[in-house]
Amino acid sequence: MKTKFQWNTLFLGVIVLVLAVFPFVSDSRTWTILLTQIFIFSILAMSYDILLGYTGIVSFGHAMFFGMGAYTTAVMLKRMEPSIGVFILSIVCGMLIAALVSFFIGLLTLRLKSHFFAMLTLAVSGLFLVLAEKWRTVTQGNDGFTFKAPEFFKDRMMFYFVTLICLVLVYLLLRRFVNSPFGRVLVAVRENEQRTRSLGFNTLHYKVIASVVAGVIASLAGSLYAVSLRFVNTSVLTMDITLDALLMTIIGGVGTLIGPIVGAGVIELTQHYLSGLAKDYPIFERWIIFFGIVYILAVIFFPRGIVGTVREKLWKRKTKTRPVGKGEVS
Amino acid sequence: MEPIIRTENLTIRFGGHTAVSHVNFEMPPRHLKSIIGPNGAGKTTFFNLLSGELRPTEGDVFFKGESMASLSAVARTRKGLGRSFQITNVFPNLTVLENVRLAVQSKEKIRYQMVRHFLHYKQLIEEAEKLIALVLLDGKEHAIASQLSHGEKRKLEIAMLLALDTEVLLLDEPTAGMSLEEVPAILDVIRKIKQTGEKTILLIEHKMDMILDLSDSIMVLFNGKLLADGSPQEIMDNETVQNAYLGGLYDENLAES
Repeated sequence: MKTKFQWNTLFLGVIVLVLAVFPFVSDSRTWTILLTQIFIFSILAMSYDILLGYTGIVSFGHAMFFGMGAYTTAVMLKRMEPSIGVFILSIVCGMLIAALVSFFIGLLTLRLKSHFFAMLTLAVSGLFLVLAEKWRTVTQGNDGFTFKAPEFFKDRMMFYFVTLICLVLVYLLLRRFVNSPFGRVLVAVRENEQRTRSLGFNTLHYKVIASVVAGVIASLAGSLYAVSLRFVNTSVLTMDITLDALLMTIIGGVGTLIGPIVGAGVIELTQHYLSGLAKDYPIFERWIIFFGIVYILAVIFFPRGIVGTVREKLWKRKTKTRPVGKGEVS
Repeated sequence: MEPIIRTENLTIRFGGHTAVSHVNFEMPPRHLKSIIGPNGAGKTTFFNLLSGELRPTEGDVFFKGESMASLSAVARTRKGLGRSFQITNVFPNLTVLENVRLAVQSKEKIRYQMVRHFLHYKQLIEEAEKLIALVLLDGKEHAIASQLSHGEKRKLEIAMLLALDTEVLLLDEPTAGMSLEEVPAILDVIRKIKQTGEKTILLIEHKMDMILDLSDSIMVLFNGKLLADGSPQEIMDNETVQNAYLGGLYDENLAES
C-alpha cells in the first residue's frame, strides 16, 4: 500500500510539474488555451465521476450546475466590476446556488429508481435552459453576452495557472473525499443500495450529499469556463455539456477520478485535431461522426475506460508476481 | 424473563391471500429458536415483518417491549434487530474485507466522516479481520466477493450481520443452496455464535438434523399460522406437526378450503 501510494503521487507530481513549466517553455497560444480548456473540463468530468463512478447515479442534467456557475460569474462580472474580488465572490455565489439547487433537487428526486431520476434531471435541466432563454434582461437569451474578465487574467498564462491550481486542488479534495469512510459508503451504494440501507446507512443522505458535492464542483468549472471565453450563452446549459462530461468520464474510466482527467484530455485533443483536419478534408467538418467511432471503439476495447484498463493490467501483473500484501484494501 | 422480541396478532395480507395470520410468539433473550414449515408457509414473510421490510396489515412487533410499528428497516437494525437474507446479498465487486469493514463502520457510527482516509481507522479493519476469521473465511480477505463460492458468500453474509453487533440475529436459511460439504462449516459458525452467549438467534431452516442439534426451541408455521411452539422434543412428539410434515394435514386443509 505505502509504496504504491507514493509511486502514484510521484507520477502525478511529475505531470503537474511538466504542466506548470509548460507555458514557460512553449509560447504557443493555441496550446495554452487548449490545455486551459482541458483543465476546466477535467474538473467538470471529475464532478460527474462522483455521481456516475462512485455513487452510481446517472444524471442527464449535470450541465445545469455548470451553467449556474457560468452565468453567475458572467452576470456578476458584467454588472459589478471585472475584478479578482468579484470573480472569487461570483465563484462562491455560483457554488452556493448550485449547492442549494442540487440539495433540493436531490432531496425530491433521489428517492426514485435510477432511470426515473435520470429522466427527471433531464427535465429539470431543460427548465433551467428555458429560464436562461426567456429571462432576457439578465441572460440576453440565446445570443448571450460578452463581459470583461479581470485585468489579472488578460495574460492567458495567468488564467492557465489559475485553472491548473483549481484542477489540482479539486483532484486532491475529491480524492480525499472518495477515500474517506463517507466515500466508501458511496461505493457501497453504487454496488448494492438496498444492502447498504440494511447495514444501517441512510442511503438518501449519501446520495444527496454526493450530488451537492458534484454540483458545487461543476459550478466551479462553469465559472472558470465563462471567464476563459469572456462570453456566455445558453450553450453552457445544454445537453452537450452533460454528454461531454459523460463521455470524458466513461472513456477515461469511471470511478477512478484520474480517469475523467485523461478522458477530458483525450476528447478535447481529438476534437481539436479532427476539426483542424477539416481545412484539408471537408469530411472532418462532421468530426462528430468520427468522435462517435472513437467512442464506440473505446467502449469495446476499454470497457473500464483508459485508466480502469491500465489499473487492471497493473494489478494483474502485480498479483502474478506476489500475493496481495496484508492490510491492502480494494 | 422479559421477552426480547414478541409479536402480537401479527398478520399480513397480499390481496386475498393471508401470508401470515395472527401469529403471537415471544422469545427470551440469548435463546436460539428455529422456524420450520413447508415452502410457502410464510417463514420469510414473517422475517420480513420482524425486520421491517414489510409492514403488517394487523398486529405489531415488539422489541424489548417497544413497538416497532413506526420504525423502518434501517431504524430496526440500529435498535438491534439484524437480519441475513435468503438470497445472498453482498457487495459483489468489493473485497471480503471491505464488505465486512463497511458493516463494522456502520456499527461504529462512522457515517459522515469525509476528511480522514478510511485506512486510518485501523480498529475497523482489525475488527473486520477478526470476524472474517470467526466465520472461517480467513485467507480470503482480499478475494472479490463475487468470486466466492456460494457457501463462502453465506459465511460472508453472516460475518456482515455479526459486524453490526445486533442483539437479535435473524438468519434466513443460512444453508440454502449449499453443497452438503459446506453445511457443517455454517453449522460450526452458528454454534460458535451461540456459545458466546450474547446473541438471540431466530433461524429459518429446512435441515431437521441441524435444527434439532442447535435449537433451544422450535416454532412451526403452516399456511401463515403458528401451528406449534415448544422445545425440540415437544415439537417432535407433536402429532399435528407430524401430520403437517407427513402431508396429512396439508390435504385436509386443502379439502377444507
